[in-house]
Amino acid sequence: MTVNDIVKSLPLTVVAGGDGLGAEVTGGYVSDLLSNVMGHAAAGNIWVTMQGHQNIVAVASLAGLAAVIVAGGAVPERETVAKAESEGIVLLTTALPSFAVVGLLYQSGVKGQ
Amino acid sequence: MNSEQGIALEYELKGGDFEIAGEASSKIKRVLQQIGVRSDVIRRIAISSYEAEMNVIIHAWSGVLKARVFPDRTEIIVEDQGPGIADIDLAMQEGYSTAPDHIREMGFGAGMGLPNMVRCSDEFAINSVAGQGTRINIVIRHS
Repeated sequence: MTVNDIVKSLPLTVVAGGDGLGAEVTGGYVSDLLSNVMGHAAAGNIWVTMQGHQNIVAVASLAGLAAVIVAGGAVPERETVAKAESEGIVLLTTALPSFAVVGLLYQSGVKGQ
Repeated sequence: MNSEQGIALEYELKGGDFEIAGEASSKIKRVLQQIGVRSDVIRRIAISSYEAEMNVIIHAWSGVLKARVFPDRTEIIVEDQGPGIADIDLAMQEGYSTAPDHIREMGFGAGMGLPNMVRCSDEFAINSVAGQGTRINIVIRHS
């Protein structure tokens, strides 16, 4: 399953990094603690968070994540969007709360691992 | 690449500068990608380097992040001028953090930085002097 498959089936908006939509998604992870994501998300995971500041881009890039979903209607800062674009990180937003997004991801076949 | 000279990278870090936080580690990652280090190894180097970099940004006043890339391993050395760590055993415990609230609100200070470095590295050493600073040495082998 690719990031694009997920974007097409869930209420997600692509706000940056559209070139990376073809990336394969290996699983999912949800957390607002950056070091927790660094330590426990696997490469190729899609990450659900409510953090919208620009440090999420470095975390996603260095941990080799497939995409970041900023959930709960949180708005990524302008610098976050610009950085995601330049680093080639797929940045998605949704009005759905984190719990609901994770539920939908699970239903579409993305598992936690 | 000369076998024991390696590639030397060095980046200055400034405490509290969250805007460019992570850039030094990103640059190291790009160099490793260019020379063709295995991607799962790069990931371990990037994570431990980032955690060490962020500790300087969060806790210290200034510091330097050095990477030495050899054919068989990468060494990360981070030295800072800062408050130091009063109790290293406590700081090594997952979940223990001294980060202030405004930094925790950004999702930092989960108390997992040092444990993540240990988990990702083959060799890990930390020295700290309260009131002066901290030095971390990490070695990650490429195979």
